[in-house]
Amino acid sequence: MTRRTRTAMFLGSAAVLGAFLLWGFSGLPSFGHGLISAGEMLNRVSVAQRHITDVVTAVNFDYRGIDTMGEEFIFFAAVVGVALIMRPQPGEGARHVEDYAFGRAVPPTSDAVRVLGLGLAAPTVLFALYVVAHGHLTPGGGFQGGVILATGVLLIYLAGEFDHLHGLYGEAAVERAEAAGAAAYVAIGFLALVSGSAFMTNVWPLGTTGHLVSAGSVPLINTAVGVEVGAGFVLLLNTFLRQALVIRPEPTRTPLEEALNRSRW
Amino acid sequence: MTFLPYAVAAWLFVIGLYGIVTSRDLVHQIICLSVVQSSTYVLLLAIGFRTGGAAPIFIDIPVGRAAVDPVVQALCLTDVVVGATVSALLLAIAVQIHKRTGSLDPERLRESFG
Repeated sequence: MTRRTRTAMFLGSAAVLGAFLLWGFSGLPSFGHGLISAGEMLNRVSVAQRHITDVVTAVNFDYRGIDTMGEEFIFFAAVVGVALIMRPQPGEGARHVEDYAFGRAVPPTSDAVRVLGLGLAAPTVLFALYVVAHGHLTPGGGFQGGVILATGVLLIYLAGEFDHLHGLYGEAAVERAEAAGAAAYVAIGFLALVSGSAFMTNVWPLGTTGHLVSAGSVPLINTAVGVEVGAGFVLLLNTFLRQALVIRPEPTRTPLEEALNRSRW
Repeated sequence: MTFLPYAVAAWLFVIGLYGIVTSRDLVHQIICLSVVQSSTYVLLLAIGFRTGGAAPIFIDIPVGRAAVDPVVQALCLTDVVVGATVSALLLAIAVQIHKRTGSLDPERLRESFG
């Protein structure tokens, strides 16, 4: 099929699809007057029932906690998948950038990037911990905080030279942290079973509304998710950066070398 | 005017699909997929919106004050996470395709892989 026929076919079907979408949307309640009966009920009861002030977090990690567990494992599987797809292929090896850029030194990281990266890394990590710890009080939580945490590590990569750093921080430890975070979420679910309730029921002491330690198991789950997502994103960044900077094709022999090699036999 | 956010969602969906169909670059195609996905964020948030509603965070507003729907916002978080993981996987595949074939043009994949 040529591009022209394909585009023409798409435009035809997209017009039909667009018309159906608009027709369907026109049957929705008009904007600003949504049918939010479940949401409205949760807005009324969450604070009293779970001592939690961020109702979005209450939905994610308490009322719908088991769905979010599935979501966490989607992320876990994707990190494993990326690592698998990006494994060194036959004929590839880890080599220094200097070897590849023949006769040309790699320019050093500029001082401005170094100072900014190192200066911002610690506040970024602190902010990540804040976002994870306050997930049940204000907007935030494990997913958001975990991504910010990985940004802190990326700043350290930027400030240093990746191929000197990537061996240092202990990839195995980060992999274990990721797995431990995922396992901790499931373990919190099972603890509810042990106490005689359904899986993932919030059976922990609820504490005082608005305090850092409150809302039962929600801050614990947020911490587990924060560790898992932070470690997972560090692994993702590490895989992509290593692919771009370190993994190189093995040098192939030139025809002359090939001939010299053969003449020895 | 009350229909506008839904129209934006439909537009993002269709224009993203157009990008996927006509793209000559796998990375561009993956970004077009993200555009398609962002239409679902607009749709979810538009469905949950309520005129005059506050954010569903009751730390500094009293319980009982009208707020927007927290359930679709929670779904939106799931949506964002799934979108990020799909992009990461597809980008990893694009890297390997580029290494194998030296090209990111989807039109040339058939020649390379048969």
